Amino acid sequence: MKVLYFAWLRERVGRGEEEIALPDSVETVADLMQYLKTRGPEYEHAFSDVAAIRAAIDQTHADHDAAIGEAREIALFPPMTGG
Amino acid sequence: MTIPTRIAIQQHAIDLSAETTALTSAIDSTDIGAVVTFTGHCRSEDDRLAALELEHYAGMAETEIGRIAADAIARWPVLGLSAIHRVGRIAPGETIVAVIAVSRHRQAAFDAAQYLMDFLKTRAPFWKKEHFADGTEGDWVDARASDDEAVTRWQATG
Repeated sequence: MKVLYFAWLRERVGRGEEEIALPDSVETVADLMQYLKTRGPEYEHAFSDVAAIRAAIDQTHADHDAAIGEAREIALFPPMTGG
Repeated sequence: MTIPTRIAIQQHAIDLSAETTALTSAIDSTDIGAVVTFTGHCRSEDDRLAALELEHYAGMAETEIGRIAADAIARWPVLGLSAIHRVGRIAPGETIVAVIAVSRHRQAAFDAAQYLMDFLKTRAPFWKKEHFADGTEGDWVDARASDDEAVTRWQATG
């Protein structure tokens, strides 16, 4: 699955996107963030406050308890500050 | 009737006059009574900032603004809508975003323009980073609670 990061999350992780083979135990956005935290200190830092992070599944906003299912891409990012 | 809707994300400067003419020309009606335009600009924050850098989620940004515009069209009798957002490095004084709403009577255009801006700020995937006047890189701009409250107000009056 393709995972994308934006803004300070991208900077902390050190990349804008990556392909990740997710374990079967990852069913929701919350599961995904908990899994990512185990991938190294940069991820631990990036996801230290998951409540501050927003998500989109296949380019549509999604809650943390949303099921990932057969999604092609998941984006994780801070609250938006455009306009 | 299809409502002309233009959504654009671009690096280059926004030509508000050309955008307004393009939108009103695309509307197949002789009953345009109101055109509301809003432009949001980069502040220097008392000369502290050299620029803002706008990052976006390409693909979703266009889609999400499209969803917001469709909601506005469902909610008010507008004749046309445009939303243009810049990305990249933007200097103080320059336009970051423009919305244009056209209707027969002014209230629908005012409301639709404000609705577009309120939701665009909190739902469209853009992020601002500060660059300081002394040449150093600043931090990412924090989201404002007042922007979330603006959206909640629209939802309450749904």
